[in-house]
Amino acid sequence: MPKLSEVRVGRAIPGRSHTPTNVSLFLYNAAIWNPHRIHYDEKYTTEVERHPGVVIDGPLQGDWLAQVVTNWLGDDGSLLEFEYSNRKACFLGQTLVSGGEIESVDPASGRVGLRLFVKDEAGDVTSPGSAVVRLD
Amino acid sequence: MSLLTPEIKSWIGHSEPPITVEVSRREIVKYAVATEQVRQVYLDGDEAPPMFAFGLFRPVVPLDALGPDGLPPMTAMPELPLKRIMAGGTRLTIHRPVRPGQTLVGTRSITDIFEKEGRQGPLIFVVTELGVTTAAGEPVMAETQTRIAR
Repeated sequence: MPKLSEVRVGRAIPGRSHTPTNVSLFLYNAAIWNPHRIHYDEKYTTEVERHPGVVIDGPLQGDWLAQVVTNWLGDDGSLLEFEYSNRKACFLGQTLVSGGEIESVDPASGRVGLRLFVKDEAGDVTSPGSAVVRLD
Repeated sequence: MSLLTPEIKSWIGHSEPPITVEVSRREIVKYAVATEQVRQVYLDGDEAPPMFAFGLFRPVVPLDALGPDGLPPMTAMPELPLKRIMAGGTRLTIHRPVRPGQTLVGTRSITDIFEKEGRQGPLIFVVTELGVTTAAGEPVMAETQTRIAR
């Protein structure tokens, strides 16, 4: 778990790889009560809304970005600010990789700024994000 | 020529009636499993992951009120000339963690509506802000969310 005296600007924060399935996407959308058909009805998604496949929710990628922060932070601090944007649509079948790096450190306040990303297999950032945490 | 009529623009500043939600441990656990959380505090439902509140205040309406895309009618939104809706992004300011047993009050308002020319045609951005407090009025979080119609 991170200690303020040990964090350095530019250091990478571990991420993970995520490969959503029909089942995991269904459960996510059930959990957030999202009935939008682009997340489970392939025929509707491709024929009516004209996506190439079932769409991986943008906010799910947002959650993965938040997990990069909370998994790194553990019990040693608090997440104060978090933001992300969904820049490139992602579809069922893709494997996406999250990660981040330390962007700023303010020893006086204990505030640490983080830059976050979700990338696709081509290496393109699909959802960039950032966070401010306070280390205890 | 702008897609945004004065009628649409007049929705900026519009507020929805507050929604009161009781947070249950089981709902946190379901969210934690579906999002592949690894921290035990989330998987046990002792605390909610930061993005949990994204779903907490989504509208729950009768099935026959859902539109052809599956989505509930956007009571908090004007009728837009572009119909295909996607998530654009979210900004959270977190004041305290969400825990089971809490009663939370969420108030959503529209803070901006603007348009941009995208690579594949015009886009309309609708920015909403959700303020979440405890029943006693202590701030829990503020969420700014952008939805894109294309």
